[in-house]
Amino acid sequence: MTYQAPTLADLTAQGKQPEVLFWVGCAGSFDERAKSITVAFIKILNKLNINFAVLGPEEACSGEPAKRAGNEFLFQMQAISNIQILNGYQIKKIVTACPHCFNTIKNEYPELGGYYEVIHHSVFLQQLIDEGKIKMREGGEFKGKKITYHDSCYLGRANNIYEAPRKVLEVLDAQLVEMKRCRTTGLCCGAGGAQMFKEPEPGSKDINVERTEEALSTEAKVIASACPFCMTMLSDGVKNKEKENEVKVYDLAELIAKNEGL
Amino acid sequence: MKYFPQIIFLALLLIASSFIFKSIRRIRRNILLGHREDRSDNTGKRLKTMLLVALGQKKMFKKPLPALLHLFVYLGFIIVNIEILEIVLDGLFGTHRLFVPVTGNFYPFLINVFEFFAVSVIITCAIFLIRRNILKVKRFHAQEMTSWPRLDANIILSIEIFLMLCFLSMNAADYVLQTRGAEHYISTGSFFFSGLLINLFQGFNDKQLVFIERFCWWSHIIGVFAFANYVFYNSKHLHIFISFPNTFFSKLEPAGKFTNMPEVTKEVKLMLNLPVEGPTDSNAPIGRFGAKDVTDLTWKNLMEAYSCTECGRCTAQCPANITGKKLSPRKIMMDTRDRVEEVGQNLDKHGKDFNDNKALLGDYITVEEIMACTTCNACVEACPVNIDPLNIILQLRRYKIMEESQAPASWNMMFSNIENNFAPWKFSPADRFKWIEKLNQ
Ligand code: SF4
Ligand code: SF4
Repeated sequence: MTYQAPTLADLTAQGKQPEVLFWVGCAGSFDERAKSITVAFIKILNKLNINFAVLGPEEACSGEPAKRAGNEFLFQMQAISNIQILNGYQIKKIVTACPHCFNTIKNEYPELGGYYEVIHHSVFLQQLIDEGKIKMREGGEFKGKKITYHDSCYLGRANNIYEAPRKVLEVLDAQLVEMKRCRTTGLCCGAGGAQMFKEPEPGSKDINVERTEEALSTEAKVIASACPFCMTMLSDGVKNKEKENEVKVYDLAELIAKNEGL
Repeated sequence: MKYFPQIIFLALLLIASSFIFKSIRRIRRNILLGHREDRSDNTGKRLKTMLLVALGQKKMFKKPLPALLHLFVYLGFIIVNIEILEIVLDGLFGTHRLFVPVTGNFYPFLINVFEFFAVSVIITCAIFLIRRNILKVKRFHAQEMTSWPRLDANIILSIEIFLMLCFLSMNAADYVLQTRGAEHYISTGSFFFSGLLINLFQGFNDKQLVFIERFCWWSHIIGVFAFANYVFYNSKHLHIFISFPNTFFSKLEPAGKFTNMPEVTKEVKLMLNLPVEGPTDSNAPIGRFGAKDVTDLTWKNLMEAYSCTECGRCTAQCPANITGKKLSPRKIMMDTRDRVEEVGQNLDKHGKDFNDNKALLGDYITVEEIMACTTCNACVEACPVNIDPLNIILQLRRYKIMEESQAPASWNMMFSNIENNFAPWKFSPADRFKWIEKLNQ
């Protein structure tokens, strides 16, 4: 099957309106590793015949890193411009694979005039599972394997989403092993608060290494994440520990796509 | 001379209350040095949060053992306060055990309950002293736990033990006097815990016993007055009271939601030629963007500074602190409190227009600290009294970035990329949709 990713501009020209906008985000658009997450998620959307669209070239940074860094001006410039575009297309529902975009658009855009139903792809996938559209597969690739899940701060503590990603992993029929610091006490990967875009302050260790060591200590062969920034940090951590051949970091969407044979 | 003790007692009570009143006024004034912020909505949810977090100590129970011990001290504190009521009334009216006739058979039960808590407070405070000073639990020995915060904790724990010992000895001596039919000492029967101490007091004659009983009585009540004054004067133990309003005014929105600065919205809308609500008087003075000093923070930030128990649960969870960075959310709160106290003292001493040329950012909190924060909310989640150090960190960052334009070079790159390429990395916006090429590879 050839996969499609229609743009809003095209759909609108054809007089069509998508049910849901897939907000790809900057990492999902530009970062080599995160592009695979985008692709995996789009394959799932295609397979399940979901009526979606992307903004394509019209998408722009949500402004999240600028806001966390303290540059409120730049954030609001981005946010208000984005809201104009989204409102122009009369967008009602947005799904995104980035917890940072998710948090900002869901919680910080409304006051600036952007009211949408915003869902993170972990919750979106969980809903598809609940509706029976994604099912547990007999003898899938991950059956019985140890998987550990790394909580993203902006899903977990920031928005209280702890169970949806774990529900999604259940479909893999794998063995979920938790790290000691999980859910409300999950340790940050080190990327949030715009740390992704600068060198860390002097200290005894990098945060991503600390977190990766904890993940490795579970002896899981797969570290599941639900955020492109966590993905970068943990992948770097695994490389730092020279374990990249044995241990893989995958996003939830990639795991589901693989399990579905996409 | 009959009324002499009563007069002394009344004088002490008045002095103690007036000092406490003064402290409360000072703290209130200092908190109100902060900016206005409306947190008067949603009373129902706020009450519920307060009952769960402050009264029910819900978040303490993430660490069950310390929580249980803390609960003993806390209940002990509340319950022994009821006993204080009798003591105060006795002191004022020159009576002895005023509640005996009123409560009848219930009285020994009440006192037994009080004594039970008195004993548990003694044991618990002793354990706490051991944890702090002998076992040296890590979170009590970080850089910001300088000699004063450590002493503060030890003082309070010791006072509590002292007060409870007075209370028990007083009851024991009282009982011995009762058995000897001494005047004034109405029969209450013995109480369980102080009953265990009776043998210590049998050897004294009546006069000595009366002296001991009175001495304990006075020490106890003067100790209580001193304790209350100390708590309100400048101690982390203010949390006993202030955690109630502090949790009531908690942030109710998702932790991930950061405030949008309305003054910025206005300017951005003007720049983008969008309609702006409200007056657009361009001459209106614009306040400082972000916070440099405590007076730029909100009253809620300052109330939180006064609520901090210095327990260090936040810092123990902070990813930056865990990996050896200077940032410690507890220090952020302690610095904020120290600075607002200093600003308040300056006001009292030198009046309104005095400028000490110091500020929270720079003289107390360094840029290195605030830059290390990953905005992960671990500190907020961990805090047993719903303090939000992250909010202060964010406001300090806003000042540094927007007023002083002093971002790390790589952040400036990120900013200019977003501004020019609409992405935090240096990619052309024309390439944004290139990921589509990977879709059918
Ligand atoms: S939000 Fe900042 S200060 Fe708080 S725990 Fe996370 S990194 Fe530390
Ligand atoms: S901010 Fe909260 S968690 Fe941190 S030391 Fe103060 S009371 Fe404890």
